[in-house]
Amino acid sequence: MSLGETQRKDLWWLQPLLVVLGFGSFVVYSTWAAFEGNNYQWGPYLSPFYSPLFLFDWWHWSPAFLILWAPLGFRATCYYYRKAYYRSFFLDPPACAVGEIAEHRYSGETKFPFILQNLHRFFMYVAVAIILVLWYDVYEAFWFDEKFGIGVGTLVLFLNTFFLSLYTFSCHSLRHIVGGGLDCFSSCALAHLRHKAWSGVSLLNERHMLWAWISLFTVGLADLYVRLCAMGVINDIRLI
Amino acid sequence: MQKKAQLKVFRGDSKGGAFKEYEVPLHEGMVVLDAIHHIQAKEDTTLSVRWNCKAGKCGSCGGEVNGKPKLMCMTRMDQLPLDKPITVEPMKAFPIIKDLVCDVSWNYEINKQIPKFKPKEALPDGTWRMQQKDIDRVQEFRKCIECFLCQDVCHVIRNHKKNNFLGPRFLVRVASLEMHPLDTEDRLPLLKEKFEMGLCNITKCCTEVCPEHITITDNAIIPLKERVVTRYYDPVAKFWQKVFKR
Ligand code: SF4
Ligand code: SF4
Ligand code: FES
Ligand code: FES
Repeated sequence: MSLGETQRKDLWWLQPLLVVLGFGSFVVYSTWAAFEGNNYQWGPYLSPFYSPLFLFDWWHWSPAFLILWAPLGFRATCYYYRKAYYRSFFLDPPACAVGEIAEHRYSGETKFPFILQNLHRFFMYVAVAIILVLWYDVYEAFWFDEKFGIGVGTLVLFLNTFFLSLYTFSCHSLRHIVGGGLDCFSSCALAHLRHKAWSGVSLLNERHMLWAWISLFTVGLADLYVRLCAMGVINDIRLI
Repeated sequence: MQKKAQLKVFRGDSKGGAFKEYEVPLHEGMVVLDAIHHIQAKEDTTLSVRWNCKAGKCGSCGGEVNGKPKLMCMTRMDQLPLDKPITVEPMKAFPIIKDLVCDVSWNYEINKQIPKFKPKEALPDGTWRMQQKDIDRVQEFRKCIECFLCQDVCHVIRNHKKNNFLGPRFLVRVASLEMHPLDTEDRLPLLKEKFEMGLCNITKCCTEVCPEHITITDNAIIPLKERVVTRYYDPVAKFWQKVFKR
């Protein structure tokens, strides 16, 4: 079978194409925003690309790079994103029952570099810690010069952190660690508790792809909003 | 006037073959298998097709309809675009015997290599008891009708011809054994080495085609992958297990 060979008559190429466009635009924007190294703060708002914010004298590049490796690694090794880019970028396969590039070596995730996907859970631990920090940022975004308030930016940061939380807490590795690894959920009180946790993560996990896309969009949007405020292009509207 | 549909059906055997066009009258509730039976009855009695229940339960009528792995008895004609001929072929991942019938025996062979269910010791009264919440997960996997559509679509088997790879159907079976509250066998070393589960790149085509809607990738394969990670790639888990002896 050669690349694209199939009897399928539907628009099988549309989904991989949309994925390429969606990821492509995010990668271009986020790379640019990370290299900028400024305009990441305005009033009580901090861009999620720069949170937690580390500022060191010895670090001469954008502070985004000190933190972005973590969410980037988390997403790059995420089971959903793996599916999406193996299909759309590596065409392995481009779509179901559609031919691949003829005769290429294939070792799946058994060899370097893809064997490193097995480290996903370590990125997950860091991602969970970052979520806590982002919720702290949301709390901060309610305080304008020490007075309580709500601006559009507060809502943007809130929504972003909310969807990032749904994404993070629907992770397959988390699902395994909280309880999925057990064979018996009724053996002791702790196992009962872990069954509850596993059921909760499983419920979110059914929509993992949806959370992945929504949070990818909101995280870009949150950075853009703070950036545009900081650049003076738009004015943050205070609701309260 | 009665509506008609054009079909292009694969005719041939292991030596080769070609599509042949047929025209069949449509009627309400008609499925692809009905169309094939119509051709068999009215035009060519030598057309071979394997089927049994016509109810989506025996798993024998798998084929590829318009390029997609499907049960022919569960694919309704009114859900297919009728402006172009509908193509019907045998499953492509397995050797063809004749026309729409292929040889799926490789599946039975690889299945034999999976270590069987090995239950814990029975309770003093000679029985075993399980809680419903411990077997909920496994029950999903037991819906499998062994149609092998997932094996057919899996690119590891279909395109890369990796014969030691179990394929989604048997990863589902291993998951049902590994997650079983009473089972004591350990299949993880085999999964990693002999059966090379890492060849699956979780692209989910198996889940997309399963007529029983088993969430193969998310509920069977990924949890197994995570178990392999805990065993072989996670030093923290190893340390934890040593300290707490679990
Ligand atoms: S998810 Fe894995 S097992 Fe299922 S079709 Fe894809 S590669 Fe094959
Ligand atoms: S898992 Fe689904 S697609 Fe695969 S053999 Fe069983 S019923 Fe068929
Ligand atoms: S599987 Fe997607 S974040 Fe872990
Ligand atoms: S004939 Fe039994 S599943 Fe189709």
